[in-house]
Amino acid sequence: MTRYIRRAAALSLFLLAALFVNAVRVQVLQAESLDGSPANRRPAIARYGEPRGDILVGGRPVTGSKDTGEQLRYERIYRDGPLYAPVTGYSSQTYGTALLEHAADGVLSGTDPALAPLPFWNDFTRSRQPGGRVLTTIRRSAQEAAYRGLNGRRGAVAAIEPATGRILALVSSPSYDPGLLSGNSPAVTEAWRRLNRAESRPMLNRAIRQTYPPGSTFKIVTAAAALESRVVTDPDAPSDTADPFVIPGTRTTLPNPVPGCRRASLVYAITWSCNTVMADLGVKVGLEGMLATAGRFGFNDDSLRIPSGVAVSNFDRRMSADQLALSSIGQFDTTATPLQMAMVAAAVANGGELARPYLVDRTTTRDGDTVRRTPRRSYRRAMFPATANELRRMMVEAAERGTGTRALIDGVTVGGKTGTAQHGVGNAGTPYAWFIAWAQERGAPRPAVAVAVVVEDPAAAGGDISGGGDAAPIARAVMVEALRPAAP
Amino acid sequence: MTATAAEAPPPERTRPARRRGVEFSLLVCAVLISVYGYTHVGLARSGAVPPDALAYGAGLGLLALLAHLAVRLRAPYADPLLLPIAVLLNGMGLVLIYRLDLETPADRAAPAQLVWSTLGVALFIAAVVLLRDHRVLQRYAYLSVVSALVLMIVPILFPAVNGARIWIRAGGLSFQPGEFAKILLAVFFAAYLAANRHALAHTGRRIGPVHLPAGRVLGPVVAVWLISVAVLVLERDLGTSLLFFGLFVVMLYVATGRTGWIVVGLLLAGSGAFAAGTLEPHVRGRVESWIDPYASIAAGDGPSQLAQSMFSFASGGVLGTGLGAGHSILIGFAAKSDFILATAGEELGLAGLTALFLLYGLLVALGYRAGLDLRDPFGRLLAVGLAAILAVQVFVVAGGVTGLIPLTGMAMPFLAQGGSSVVTNWIIVALLIRLSGSARAPHPEPVETGVIACAPDPAEPEGRPAQAGRQERAGPAGQKRGPGPAGQRSRTGPAGPAAAGEAR
Repeated sequence: MTRYIRRAAALSLFLLAALFVNAVRVQVLQAESLDGSPANRRPAIARYGEPRGDILVGGRPVTGSKDTGEQLRYERIYRDGPLYAPVTGYSSQTYGTALLEHAADGVLSGTDPALAPLPFWNDFTRSRQPGGRVLTTIRRSAQEAAYRGLNGRRGAVAAIEPATGRILALVSSPSYDPGLLSGNSPAVTEAWRRLNRAESRPMLNRAIRQTYPPGSTFKIVTAAAALESRVVTDPDAPSDTADPFVIPGTRTTLPNPVPGCRRASLVYAITWSCNTVMADLGVKVGLEGMLATAGRFGFNDDSLRIPSGVAVSNFDRRMSADQLALSSIGQFDTTATPLQMAMVAAAVANGGELARPYLVDRTTTRDGDTVRRTPRRSYRRAMFPATANELRRMMVEAAERGTGTRALIDGVTVGGKTGTAQHGVGNAGTPYAWFIAWAQERGAPRPAVAVAVVVEDPAAAGGDISGGGDAAPIARAVMVEALRPAAP
Repeated sequence: MTATAAEAPPPERTRPARRRGVEFSLLVCAVLISVYGYTHVGLARSGAVPPDALAYGAGLGLLALLAHLAVRLRAPYADPLLLPIAVLLNGMGLVLIYRLDLETPADRAAPAQLVWSTLGVALFIAAVVLLRDHRVLQRYAYLSVVSALVLMIVPILFPAVNGARIWIRAGGLSFQPGEFAKILLAVFFAAYLAANRHALAHTGRRIGPVHLPAGRVLGPVVAVWLISVAVLVLERDLGTSLLFFGLFVVMLYVATGRTGWIVVGLLLAGSGAFAAGTLEPHVRGRVESWIDPYASIAAGDGPSQLAQSMFSFASGGVLGTGLGAGHSILIGFAAKSDFILATAGEELGLAGLTALFLLYGLLVALGYRAGLDLRDPFGRLLAVGLAAILAVQVFVVAGGVTGLIPLTGMAMPFLAQGGSSVVTNWIIVALLIRLSGSARAPHPEPVETGVIACAPDPAEPEGRPAQAGRQERAGPAGQKRGPGPAGQRSRTGPAGPAAAGEAR
C-alpha cells in the first residue's frame, strides 16, 4: 500500500504544481494583455481615484474635481464651462478627453513621468503622482470679451500675441458646458447625444477645428504675395486692372463692393476691398507664388498643434486661372480656421516673422514646481519685413478710413481687414462676416495683439452682412482687453 | 520541497520527539502574521490601525492556544505543522474577508466567519479530545454512508441558490451539508476498502497490461459513480461531484493498487462530465466560459465573472498590490467565497499565492505522511482520503478561478467565506492530527511485535493473503515495531474506546 500512497501523494502534489504553473501563466505571462483589456476597470479606477490636476487661466483654476464617492471617484467640474470649453475640452469618464484635457492628460492625470521625483519612480512604486497643473496663455478678460461679443451667435474668435505666439483668447460659440459630460451616469449619455445632435453643433471648436472661406481677409495674403514676387513694386501706384473685370477663361465679371476700383492702387484695393484688383494680382502672381506665400502663413500645414491639433486651412494646389482668381480673394476652395487668420494678422504685426502659436504657458506639479515650459518658437518667416511694413500701412488705412472703422480704439494704432465670404451653392447661404486685426499702443515697440473674428450668421440673415459691421466690434473689444496690462 | 517531504522515507525514530514547543512557536507566528495582515488592511484603507485589531489577535490567539492545549493533551506526538497551517490559513481567510467587507459595508461577512471559525475550533478540540483512537470510526462506516446520503439528498428539497441546490436554509442560517458529507464518505470508503481491498484487488481479468476488476465488485464503484452523477444532475454541483468521485478513485487505487480502477474511473468520470457538459445548461455555461472567458467582452456584455477573476490575478502580478489596494471586488457576487483566491492573487501577488499553495501542499503532504506512517489499513486509507479531499478541493477551486479547469462552486479550504466549509475543514484537520498523532506515537513494547501482529485486527479480514503481509513489512517502519494500533491499544488500555473492537 505504501507505494500507492506515494503515487497518490505525487499525483496530489502534481495537481498543486499545475496550479502554480497556471498562476505564473496568468499573473506573469498574460498579465500585460489582461491589464490592458478594455473591459478591465482597474485603469479607470486608478485614473479617477485621485483628483485630476487643474487647468489655470490667469493664475486661477477654471476646472476642479468633485469627490463622488463612487467607484470612479473623482469627477471633473468646470467653472465657466461654456466660456473655456474651446480651451479645456472635456474630461469624461464615459467619453474620454478632448482638447487640452486630452493633450495634457499625462500631467493632469499624474502619469507623466516628468512629474515623478525620480526616473521610473511610478513604475517602481506602482503609484501615480498627484495630478499636475496646466497654466494656459489665455487672458481671462480677452476671453470674456470675445465670448460676450459673440453673444451666442455662431462664430469664433482667436487672439494671439504676435511677438510670442501666445494665444490670448480662443472662443467658439455657441458653446456647451463640458461638466455635463464628466461622469458616467445615463444623464451624461443623454447630454452627449443631445450635444452631438444639436443643429448648432456646440461641441465643435470653431476657432481651431472649423474652416471657413476667409473671403476678403485673404487679400492680405494675396497682397503679400504680390509684393514679395515684385508683381507690385509701388503699392500706391495705380494698377492696370479694369472694372468690370472678366475672370480669366470665363465670361463672368467680378463685382466690387465699392466704386473706384478701376485701375485702383494696392493700398486702395486693400482699404476698400476691391475684388477685381486682388483677383487680377493673384492671377499675375501665379499659382506657384500664391501657394508659396499662403504656405508660409500656415495654409496647407496639417501638423500645426497648439498643442491640440488645428484643422488644415486650405489653398488648392492645382487650379485653373479662373479658380486662382477666385481663390485669391478667399473664395472657391480656399478655407481657413479663425486661428489661421489670426496668424495672418500676427505675421503682419510682427514684421513678417510668425511665431508658433501655443496655448500652454507651462505645466507644473501640484506643488507648483515647473515641469515644462513652452518656449517661444518661430513658426515661419511669412514675408520680408519691408513687405510687412507696407501691409501694416494698408491695414491701418483700411481700419482708419476704409471698411474697419468700428475696430478703432482711441490712442491705439489699429490695423484691420474685413471680409464677407460667400458660401453655399450660388451664394445662397448666409455669408460669413470676418474681421482680422492687430493693435499697437502708441509708443509700444510692436503690436500686442492680433485677432481674427468670424461670425456665421451676422445680424440674423438678410440684414447688413459685413465684417466691418458685425465682426469688427468684437475684435475691438478683445483688443481693448488684451492691451490692458495683464492681471497678476 | 513538499514533494520531497512526502516521498522521503520516514526518519528513524528511536525516541520520537513531541515537538509541541515547535508547534507553539509556529502558532505564535501564524497569529502574528494574521494580525499583521489585519492591521495592514486598516492602514492601507484608512491610514489607521483597525480599532479591533487587538481583539482580533487576542481572539485568534485564544482559539489557537485552546487548540494547541487540546493537541498537547491528547495527541502529543502529532506533527507540529498541521495546527499552525490551519490557523494561518483561517487567519488569512478572515483578513481577506474583512478586507472585502470594507468594499461592501452593507454586507459584512467577517464577524459571521469568525463565529463559524470559533465553532470549527470548538469541534476540532472536541474531536481531538473525544476521539482517542481513529479506528473507532471504522465501526460507524455504514452509519456514515447513510448520513452522507441523507445530507446530500436533503438540499434537493430546498430551492436552488444561484443555480445550485446545495444549501439548506433554516431561520436565516444557510448550511451546506455536502461539505460534511465528504468527511463521512471518506470514513465509509476507508472502512469499506480496508475490509474489501483484497477481494477488489485479486479478482478480475487481465487484458494486456491493464488489470480489469471483476464484475461483482464493480457494483459499489458504479453506485458511487451514480451518486456523483446524481449530485451533479439534481444539485447542479459540478465541484462536489468531481470531489466525491476523485476521492473514491484515489482511495480505491491506494487500497488495491490496480491501475485498472484508474482507467475505469477516468472513463466513467470523463463520460459523466461530457454528458453533463453538453446536456446540463448550468454546467455547459461554465464550460463555455472556461473555453473563452473573454467571449462576453467581445459580445459587448461586459466581462464575465471568470474574466474579472483573471483580471484580478493579472493585476496582482508577482508581488501584488498590497493588502487593501486591489479591486477584486469587481468580481462581484461570490468574491468572498468561491473567488476569495482572486483577492489573495491580486493583493499578495504570485508570491503570496505561491505561499498559500505551499501551505496547502504541506497540509496535503502531512496527510499522506500520516498515511504512510500508520500501520492499520483503515487509518492509512482515511489519512489518504482526507489528504485527497484537500488536494482535489484546492485544485478544483484554484484551477477554476484561474481558468485552468471549468469553474465549480466550491469553497477554498479555510480561506473562503462559508460556515459549513470552515467547520468541516477544522474537523478534517482534527482527524489528521489524530491520525498523525497515532502514527508518530512511540510504541513502548517492541517485544510484543510477534504477538500482536497475529492478533485478529478488526481492520483486516481473517486469513489475509501472503501478499498483504509482504506489503506490510515493506513499510519502512514495519520491521522493528508492531502495527501502529498495538501501541495505541496498550496506551489507551481496556478502558479506551478501541477496547470494544478488540474484544470481538
